[in-house]
Amino acid sequence: MSWIRSVVREVVGLFVDDGSFAVAVLVWLALAGFVLPRVRVGGHAVGVILFVGLGLILLESVMRFSKRKAK
Amino acid sequence: MNAGWAHLGTSLIASFLASMVECVEALTVVLAVGSVRGWRSALGGSAMAVGVLLVIVLTIGRALLRVPLHVLQLTVGVLLVMFGMRWLRKAILRAAGLIALHDEEAAYAKNASALRSAGGGGAGWDKVGFATAFNITMLEGTEVVFIVIAIGAGGAGMLLPASVGAVAALVVVVGLGLVVHRPLSQVPENTLKFVVGVLLSAFGTFWVGEGLKLEWPGADWSIPGLILGFLALALVAVPLCRSRAAVAVASR
Repeated sequence: MSWIRSVVREVVGLFVDDGSFAVAVLVWLALAGFVLPRVRVGGHAVGVILFVGLGLILLESVMRFSKRKAK
Repeated sequence: MNAGWAHLGTSLIASFLASMVECVEALTVVLAVGSVRGWRSALGGSAMAVGVLLVIVLTIGRALLRVPLHVLQLTVGVLLVMFGMRWLRKAILRAAGLIALHDEEAAYAKNASALRSAGGGGAGWDKVGFATAFNITMLEGTEVVFIVIAIGAGGAGMLLPASVGAVAALVVVVGLGLVVHRPLSQVPENTLKFVVGVLLSAFGTFWVGEGLKLEWPGADWSIPGLILGFLALALVAVPLCRSRAAVAVASR
């Protein structure tokens, strides 16, 4: 069974490096999937909102890592 | 240049660069196996893994034809965002000097040392060498397959440029490996990962939007726009991370 565990670990490792970063991305995508198709802002703006959310999550994650690494 | 090229061209380039990174990493280990345990097991293990991967691609490819396009785009988009943003995050931290760069020469030396001390060998197939070459080719090859399918899943005709990009990367890396016969440590791996992270994050975001049936400004032209957006963000993040770390050190 250990080989199954190692295969699962490798596959998960393709997508998850930092747990909180991965969770934040998934939560944002789930939220975006639920809310964005229903909002009545300009049609094209919703795609931009999706991108901005992901960008902010990335920025927050690397900044948090930088601060933690320096301590 | 039209919107079709915006889509096909970026698919081909993204697939080529991403596959190149994976092929370079696999080549390092296969070279170590070949030089320490013999070329028969190194090439045999790699060839077997490529065969298994081809079967997986054909099986998954047929199954994917039955999945509704929006469901496929959303699923692949989410996975691509997770995969691409993980690469981009790591590449930003490496570019900022906060985590160590990947060193192919060091990886080669480490693998060669482990293979020397593994024992076994002798006449016939070398099991250790064969298994090591098989495992690394399967591991890196699986990532290539995922990248090709993820990039090519967006619509009819998208799988071809993504596949061409991956095959071209394989040919280039194997060709360079045959010529130089040592790890390709001169390949600027973190720069490639930085660019690939940007490209995959942009594709993933676009597919998620398509899967959710959101409207993108300029339709396919949003892809270059998203690429520029993620690139600008990443280029801003590198110096910000450096200064944030410096401030944290100074305030200790």
